[in-house]
Amino acid sequence: MSFYSAIFYVLAIVTVIATFLAITRRHALHAIVYLIISLIGTALLFYLLGAPFLALLEVIIYAGAIMVLFIFIIMMIQIRSSSPTRGAALKQWLPAIVLCGIAFSLAAAMVLADPATPVPLTPAMAGPREFGHFVFQQYWFPVEIASFLLFIALVGALYLGRGEEKSPAKQTEKAP
Amino acid sequence: MIVPFSHVLLLAVILFGLGAACAVTRRNLIMILIGVEIMLNAAGLVFVGASLKWQHLDGQAFVIFIFAVAAAEVAVGLALIVFLQRRTGSVDADRYNLLKG
Repeated sequence: MSFYSAIFYVLAIVTVIATFLAITRRHALHAIVYLIISLIGTALLFYLLGAPFLALLEVIIYAGAIMVLFIFIIMMIQIRSSSPTRGAALKQWLPAIVLCGIAFSLAAAMVLADPATPVPLTPAMAGPREFGHFVFQQYWFPVEIASFLLFIALVGALYLGRGEEKSPAKQTEKAP
Repeated sequence: MIVPFSHVLLLAVILFGLGAACAVTRRNLIMILIGVEIMLNAAGLVFVGASLKWQHLDGQAFVIFIFAVAAAEVAVGLALIVFLQRRTGSVDADRYNLLKG
């Protein structure tokens, strides 16, 4: 086992444990903190797999901006802890466990049956400069679509989050 | 030498399964969104691993778009959660049973 693969397995174990703790926490704020650990582990995996720019973006966008947004919303709205009903929870856990078990067993079978499994990946690194050249030469149109998507999401979030105000129709009714 | 690509796939499947389990079983709307985030993250991990396996930058370019989609989804989803909390006073997905007979 080489140095890189040891790093990979350590990061994988840390990420999986942090994710498992995140999805089983009772309070959403604790889940967010564990999820930040999981996302930083994923960012280090990105760096290990040769994507340093994406690792930076993962830390800045995911672990930074999105998680802060989550924490902001959790602290803004009061979450009433509802008493859980055990039967309903079991009814929901059963399909989740069955589906995840099927997916995991298929993946394990694929790993065992794949003839290319012993071939390890060779380390390579794509720097931000060539990555940027590649994206803006090959994928300039999807970049524009993504920017439109973000703009539409911004407008939608503003529309949903607007405060209660008098509708302009009523005002014009009152005016005459 | 890093690990084989199938180990990366296995890790991504585990993460995706954990995210799917979170999205299916939890009833807090914020936890459901967190599950969706975990699933998107696992998909990004597969793309980066495939990008290294075939020595091509297409996979990494797709992860950029996954980030954009995740950011848009979180913005709209959290705005919806705030809207629903204002409207019904609850973020419990089981309480939205207005149409139940």
